[in-house]
Amino acid sequence: MTFKTTWRNIRRSPYQAFAAILIMMLTFLVASFFAFLLFGSSRVITYFESKPTLTSFFRNEAKQEDIESLEKKLKATGKVAAVKFVSKQEALKIYRQQNKNDPLLLDLVTEDILPASLEISAIKIEDLPSIHGILKSSPNVSEVIYQKEVVSTLTSWTNALRKIGIGLIVVLGVVSVFIIVTIIGIKISQKKNDIEIMRLIGASSWYVRWPFVIEGIFYGVVGTMLGFGIAAGSIWYLAPFLSDFLKGIPIFPVSPIFLFALLGAELAIAVVLGAFSSFLAVLRYLK
Amino acid sequence: MIKLEKVSKKFATGAFGLSDISVAVDKGEFVFLVGPTGAGKTTIFRLITREMLPTLGTIIVDNWDVAKLPHSKIPHLRKKVGVVFQDLKLLMDRTIFENTILPLEVAGAKSTERKGKAEEVLEKVGIINHRDKFPVQLSGGELQRAAIARALVLTPEIVLADEPTGNLDSETAFRIVKLLEDINKKGTTIIMASHNMEIVNTFSKRVIALDKGRLIRDDNPVGSSRSGRQTPLTEGSDGVENKKKEKKG
Repeated sequence: MTFKTTWRNIRRSPYQAFAAILIMMLTFLVASFFAFLLFGSSRVITYFESKPTLTSFFRNEAKQEDIESLEKKLKATGKVAAVKFVSKQEALKIYRQQNKNDPLLLDLVTEDILPASLEISAIKIEDLPSIHGILKSSPNVSEVIYQKEVVSTLTSWTNALRKIGIGLIVVLGVVSVFIIVTIIGIKISQKKNDIEIMRLIGASSWYVRWPFVIEGIFYGVVGTMLGFGIAAGSIWYLAPFLSDFLKGIPIFPVSPIFLFALLGAELAIAVVLGAFSSFLAVLRYLK
Repeated sequence: MIKLEKVSKKFATGAFGLSDISVAVDKGEFVFLVGPTGAGKTTIFRLITREMLPTLGTIIVDNWDVAKLPHSKIPHLRKKVGVVFQDLKLLMDRTIFENTILPLEVAGAKSTERKGKAEEVLEKVGIINHRDKFPVQLSGGELQRAAIARALVLTPEIVLADEPTGNLDSETAFRIVKLLEDINKKGTTIIMASHNMEIVNTFSKRVIALDKGRLIRDDNPVGSSRSGRQTPLTEGSDGVENKKKEKKG
């Protein structure tokens, strides 16, 4: 009966219900987009962290033993996930592969010009500077290239994005609460007479309150489903374009476990938000 | 069953709704509460159902001190006392059946029992054919019956009927009171507020008369041997005619 009353309340004031669902949808649409964005950027960072983020080029006079001893020294630090030696021959092979369509470039370059190198991937991004220091201190190393800047920029962007996202979601969440409190408040005022009658025939406070609390939860749940649905649908639609844009970075397909976990978390928050808002309204208007 | 001891009710305006009223109604009694508009009849009902608290005095309903009843117990009291409100208080957006079943839902009765019980009581008051109609589709007498059905559906020990014949023609009014009398014969205590002298005299029940919040007549006053003798109302004995005279004077 409580559900029947709730449904009747919703059906009889569709515009108010629409407004409540819309604001909840907006809140959870933004929440979903930010969640996808943070998930994507964390995948990009992980990708960069797991890639050989340091390349150390050796002087021509460097001997094989020197390179091997440096490799051992690096592995002994425990900060290195993998080390790959690229000889002059292999470097030429890679060069030829990369420029196979440009015969002029292929003719100009020989094995002697290209240096041997070590491609090193670190376990943690924070270890990159210390690995960089070890390499730089070696007299056999001519140059070290590492993507510290890329990763740190990405990390700071992600952190900023997280802060903006949380801020925006909090603001929208508060707005949702106020709108639902107002809408439920209006409904309580409209049904004052009915509520009085129910109380006079022996209805307990909770008998009167439950339909309104469930109504708040309903707005939260429906708004979340719509918001999440639109966000997930957009990501699904944009996936081919984004995959092209993020060449080689494996973000797609988004794991279904992540999607379900996100939907579950959003629904849980929506239920709490909806129940909290309507409970506030009930306490305020149903004394 | 119901006992009011030295009950007074002073409103926020400073006016007294009731002054020093002491009455007692036994289980299974049928009592007419008479008096002109503003005499305090509805105030007594509202005090019995704890819609308001007395300024002074004690109200006992079935051994419960109503004024001291905790908030959580008020719904229990209201399930014990069925009320036919003067303005009926039917929910206009619900059918007669839905209005009748409401107290059962409120009381948490099993869904299997509700339908049968509501239909039984609608049958009893004679409006089962209108079960799916909305209040606006019913006549005055039918609406009174619907209000009575709702008051009876929880089989309360007490029924308070506030002017249930108020706007009805005399034939319908008599039928309504007859219905209440039948319910009373099955053991339900009935207090019916009325200012219809014809009805009060015809049914020859105990009469409690009020005027301007004061008790001016009780056929079985508190402390008497409670013989239950009923005297027909004569002009002035219910305060109605006295009031008319005062106005004329």
